[in-house]
Amino acid sequence: MRNAYFVLAALAVAVVTFAVARLIDNAYVFFAGYVVLQYVVLATAWNILGGFTGYVNFGTAAFFALGAYTTVVLHKTMPFLPLPAMMLIGGAISGLIGLGMGYLTLRLRGTFFSIATLAMAVVAQTLITNWNFVGGSRGAYIIRPSDSPIFSGDYIQYLFVVMLALSVISVSLARAIQFSRLGFGFSAIRDDEGAAEASGVPTLKLKLIATALSGGLMGMAGAPLPYYVTYLDPASGFSLSYAVNTIAMPLIGGTATWLGPVIGAILLGTLQQVATVTISSALSLLLVGVLLVTFVIAAPKGIVGWFKK
Amino acid sequence: MSNTLLSVAGLGKRFGGFTALNDVDLDVAEGERLGLIGPNGSGKSTLVNCLCGTLRNDMGKVTFGGHALNGMAAHRRTRLGMARSFQLPRPFTTLTLAENIRVPILYAANVKTGGHAVDPRERCDALLDMVGLLPKADLKPADLTQIEMRKLELARAMASDPRLLIADEAMAGLSNQEVDEILALLLKLNGQGVTIIMIEHIMRAVLAFSQRLVVLVAGRKIADGLPQDVIRQPDVVAAYLGS
Repeated sequence: MRNAYFVLAALAVAVVTFAVARLIDNAYVFFAGYVVLQYVVLATAWNILGGFTGYVNFGTAAFFALGAYTTVVLHKTMPFLPLPAMMLIGGAISGLIGLGMGYLTLRLRGTFFSIATLAMAVVAQTLITNWNFVGGSRGAYIIRPSDSPIFSGDYIQYLFVVMLALSVISVSLARAIQFSRLGFGFSAIRDDEGAAEASGVPTLKLKLIATALSGGLMGMAGAPLPYYVTYLDPASGFSLSYAVNTIAMPLIGGTATWLGPVIGAILLGTLQQVATVTISSALSLLLVGVLLVTFVIAAPKGIVGWFKK
Repeated sequence: MSNTLLSVAGLGKRFGGFTALNDVDLDVAEGERLGLIGPNGSGKSTLVNCLCGTLRNDMGKVTFGGHALNGMAAHRRTRLGMARSFQLPRPFTTLTLAENIRVPILYAANVKTGGHAVDPRERCDALLDMVGLLPKADLKPADLTQIEMRKLELARAMASDPRLLIADEAMAGLSNQEVDEILALLLKLNGQGVTIIMIEHIMRAVLAFSQRLVVLVAGRKIADGLPQDVIRQPDVVAAYLGS
């Protein structure tokens, strides 16, 4: 019941957000807002595995780019598919990859797991770079339709709405998990895997659920990317900045709750967009670094943890 | 003796060239209070880890309540009714005491009964009350004293509704009076029908608690019998005091 109320409230926030963006009536708001929302999804997805379960994933870019490249393939083979369907397929593929990665690497703990995820991202990038069908290292061009298919407005507005909906879904999901039996199991694994197992928690199964969910949501976040950028190459799709940002946002917002990544993503994502326009795009990465260092020193439990004290 | 709850036959465990456990046989009856002693490094904790599924035994068989346990994952053994407390308390540090207890209630006790036979909140309060930690239910483990940590460890082990509780040095490092408190707690649990294996170095506690005493030395069981008889056995004395 509480979950239903939360979804309704989140939907209301989403509707207001879209209404305000329409009122401002500037395409750039949608372009910038899309990126912020994309990071809300990515940070929330990362936090299910990294924050709740305690496994730090450096391979965000791989899941994200696999979702994007799924769309490239679908766009070439089945262009009639609507975008949400492509997102579901992209999410399913990234979720499966997450499951497989989890099965292979979850016996590793701590930094060893993190290094394995980083390695997996490199392997995935190499495979895509050498796959001619999706453009290889030349990249792929996708022509963005001009109008939104479901309401009157630009296609970018449609992309914005789609990402807004995905944000509502992933944040609601993360919140539902946090207060559920699954969430308690995840926390137990994060704190002490041996003690969790001794308390009856099926640790391997739960970790696989976490990697699959996390990877799947990242894939869904990546699926609309080709339509957003209209030109996708491996270097930009697999860019390390996705992984770095996605880790920095929950750390800044706070990893223990569903709210932390949302706050972190909105704050850092907006700052980056503003800095990109007003100062320079290179500054946005510096911003991440400075904020990360500041928060690790001053508020190691993030913004949410700071207010809870 | 009544029904056998736990049966260990020919158990062996090696770490590389080192034999930690060698051909250990052990039967524990339902409702029994068993003391397990042995010098440091004699294989007590390895035995516990093999019983609970944290380690895999290389040889031998473990049967618990009619189930063969070989190769079974630790969490499934807990669900069958085998609970342990850790030698060094290992609480879930980011969770409150109440949430610490809630994990095994959700994942072991309620799985066994097939759903919602018990209300997690009530059961959680009852367990914390049993060990006297109810007023601190909303605190984090970091705020606890050493003995409170031990009590939390026992309460969490009990939260899975075990038939067998393995208390691995639940009293190490506690004062005399605190030892008595834990001892009383374990006796109370045993009175409720829980079979208990106590692993302990504090002889006063072991002798007061155990109905039967088993001695491990260098991975072998060298004695098994009434406590008064066992501690007079020459090889037991030799293991502890030297010959």
